[in-house]
Amino acid sequence: MNLNWLIIVPLLNALALLPARGLKQVRSIALAGSLAQLVLSSILLYLFWQQRTAGNGGAMLFESRYAWYEAWNIYIQTGVDGISISMILLTALVVVAGVLVSWKVETLSKEFFFLLILLSVGAFGFFISTDLFSMFFYLELAVIPKYLLIGIWGSGKKEYSANKLALMLMGGSALVLVGLAGIYYNTGTFSLTGIARIGMSTEAQRLFFPFAFIGFGIFTALFPFHTWVPDGHSSAPTAGSMFLAGISMKLGGYGCLRVAAFLMPEAAHYYSPVIITLAAIAILYGSFATMMQTDLKYINAYSSVSHCGFVLLGIGMVTKTAIAGAVVQMVSHGLMTALFFATIGMVYERTHTRVVARMGGLLKVTPFISTIFVIVGLCSLGLPGFSGFVAEMMVFMGSWQNADGYYRLITIIATASIVVTAVYILRATGKVIMGPLNTGDATGIIDARWNERAAAFLLMAGIVIIGVAPYFITNLVNPGVEQIMQQISPVAVK
Amino acid sequence: MMYNILILMKTEWALCLALFVLLFMKLGSANLQNKVAVNVTYLLLLLALAVGFVPAPAGNLFGNMFITNDLLRLEKNMLVFATLIIALQSNSWTKNHSHTVEFFILMLSTLLGMSFMLSAGNLLMFYLGLELSTIPLAAMVNFDLSKKQSGEAAMKMIISSAFSSGLLLFGISLLYGTTGTIAFSELAGSVGYNPLQVFAFILLLAGFGFKISAVPFHLWTADVYQGAPVAVTSYLSVVSKGAVLFVLVSVLNKVFGNTPNLWYNMLFLLSVATMVVGNLFALRQQNFKRFLAFSSIAQVGFILVGISGQSVQGSASVVFFILVYIFSNLGAFGVVSLVSALTGKEDIDDYKGFYQTNRGLTWVMALSLFSLAGIPPAAGFFGKLFLLMAGAAQGNYLLLTIAAINMIVSLYYYLRVVRAMFMDKNDNPIPTLQAHFVQRAALAVCVAGVLFTGVYSDAYNYIYSLFV
Repeated sequence: MNLNWLIIVPLLNALALLPARGLKQVRSIALAGSLAQLVLSSILLYLFWQQRTAGNGGAMLFESRYAWYEAWNIYIQTGVDGISISMILLTALVVVAGVLVSWKVETLSKEFFFLLILLSVGAFGFFISTDLFSMFFYLELAVIPKYLLIGIWGSGKKEYSANKLALMLMGGSALVLVGLAGIYYNTGTFSLTGIARIGMSTEAQRLFFPFAFIGFGIFTALFPFHTWVPDGHSSAPTAGSMFLAGISMKLGGYGCLRVAAFLMPEAAHYYSPVIITLAAIAILYGSFATMMQTDLKYINAYSSVSHCGFVLLGIGMVTKTAIAGAVVQMVSHGLMTALFFATIGMVYERTHTRVVARMGGLLKVTPFISTIFVIVGLCSLGLPGFSGFVAEMMVFMGSWQNADGYYRLITIIATASIVVTAVYILRATGKVIMGPLNTGDATGIIDARWNERAAAFLLMAGIVIIGVAPYFITNLVNPGVEQIMQQISPVAVK
Repeated sequence: MMYNILILMKTEWALCLALFVLLFMKLGSANLQNKVAVNVTYLLLLLALAVGFVPAPAGNLFGNMFITNDLLRLEKNMLVFATLIIALQSNSWTKNHSHTVEFFILMLSTLLGMSFMLSAGNLLMFYLGLELSTIPLAAMVNFDLSKKQSGEAAMKMIISSAFSSGLLLFGISLLYGTTGTIAFSELAGSVGYNPLQVFAFILLLAGFGFKISAVPFHLWTADVYQGAPVAVTSYLSVVSKGAVLFVLVSVLNKVFGNTPNLWYNMLFLLSVATMVVGNLFALRQQNFKRFLAFSSIAQVGFILVGISGQSVQGSASVVFFILVYIFSNLGAFGVVSLVSALTGKEDIDDYKGFYQTNRGLTWVMALSLFSLAGIPPAAGFFGKLFLLMAGAAQGNYLLLTIAAINMIVSLYYYLRVVRAMFMDKNDNPIPTLQAHFVQRAALAVCVAGVLFTGVYSDAYNYIYSLFV
């Protein structure tokens, strides 16, 4: 299968939106296109399995390569391993869910869906590319749609948030750009496999690793560059928040892993104490900050900072299990947080408030939404049976494999955050769902409509499958992680 | 011989022909209708562009005074093309002006001057071309005849051009004094780190600095851009700047090829100053033309980064970036020109709520600004990235980092406009504008250029092949 179809389909979808008239046409086209993309991604997964079971042990499958800017050694080069496929599936799921929950966007609906789809093009392109330049191209492609989505359809201090997000992400890209140039001039190529094969000198790695890692880290809420996350997420429209937290933050994590750690393994070891310290601060700080929030969206945004900290923690620990855990955490957090934002959107549409104190007893009027709310809360808190547990458990176990005292200390600190998570999740859930009805006139409130139910089921299916049968995803991810570890491990032995 | 003179100078002949046709039209009929004059000019420029694309050999004329090759022809075509676009975009302004024909005559003479300047084989020819391209420009700046600001701008323009020409001439005379030749081909071998020659280099660079408005030689830019009619502002910022940048690249490589360290350091300082000052001043501008003036100063800073890399990829990137810059800047100026001609509004705040009334124009403007900011998929992303990468070729990652930070600052002010257009509410937005067919066509060409010259890599690859 030619992976470029994953770009072409959403692009065609976006183009098809242009002549559409009226909300009904627009949303049907967007849904059809994103469903097609989901089917395509599933086919990719199936074909990938087939190849792997047939014994194809190549690092990247379905590779293709077209000349682009040959003067700079730039090619449109694609290929996937288990890690990218799980990211692609995650993106496809979140896109469908995002389109479904945006069913009623009346203002400028065509532009809204166009930008959503364009944003997904950036994500898909990023995940299938194995050429640094193309990755950078797609990474930046996704910035402006986010800006416009928040600025036009957002709420609250949306212009401020949109600006902050665009500038901070652009700052991340600028750092990545410097790292990119450093890698290019030290190896003469942009191809990921080529760079890994040629390798960089230790000094060059140590010089450029921070640029690449912090650059991508900004996308995934690396402390202290996480400040765009709460504002951006809370101001964005529902689908916008879902995309931001579910997809966009994963671009950063994937980049940290695939570009920074994979290409500059020595530096990854060298900087690992710094990374895990920052990650631990993000985890703890994020969860404590969440406790103080009163707005549901802020709660989820800050808890995203905390959860994404686990991704960075896993990468920083540089053991196989921890990195696999980081990947699973990316998928799990993507699904969970998208579902959480979708639920918050549904609640907000009915109660017209996002402040926890003004809500109560929703279970009585909207049983479906409330149930989803509880489930996603429990997943976020790491209850066994849901994906959050699997991911965090893998990260913790992998972290513990480091015998060094400092690493253990950090692991313990990070683990302790689970308690804090339980506090804010249970408190918010209890207040919003249980207790007496607190929304004034409840007669107009109806439970979830079909589109909202479909979106919730889609995302929840992912969460539960990972939670109940984690070997699906670990089997998918592990060969890719081993590939990365092969690059990193020889250094560790030294 | 005769055939050679015809075919090698084809663009110049075409432009001369156009000049004469316009001149005779003006002299021939007392009550010439503007509409006719404007349309004839379009045709003539189109003809010049078509002639420019006729394949021809490389060669030189008049004892190496005039040189031409595929690269120079491409550069000339780019300039003619940009002029055509500007002429199309200024349709509503030129149609109602009382001296349209004179305006176009002046415009075409500057274009002719640039064309000779590009093809110059020695310093004398280069200087002649440069003068032919700047003196009529000052007159063009003055073309809002009833506006005092316009006259003031013209005055500033002529004084600063005269000053910079003086610097250039001084530099040229020093070069001649120390080497005894003015031919580029002979200068190449004989210029070194001789103090007088270093001084000559500094003078030349300062002279060029004025023309491309690099900091600290930029002080005239904002006032002139603001005072001049929009068509002239866009001409100044795209065509005249582009031509001088083309020449700068070739003079640096041809004449000062032996002293790379010298111009590397100078360009490093100039580029940093230009980017930083251009960006910081652009942050607080209210007038759209001043805003674009400072943004174009910052863009020149990025171009200087690319030139400082001293690589073939870098030189190709400069030409490519100017091509992209033509599309993106003219896209922005096209909208400004339309709004200014039909409503007289030129402030960024006037654009609040622009999306409510003019969806197409807003997207054109937004795309152009994204391209200027270097956001994919717009071509500006590729142009700027290649410039910065080329700048890092010498291992100077500090310059790259400064440039990258400047990209963030520039994004901030470009987004300010985007925000005004898309997000800010306005009770009294600019009314829905009815653009003339040719204006819409010009904007469509710009948008197509912005969208496709980057993603579709053939433009860059072609330019690169001309350098290798």
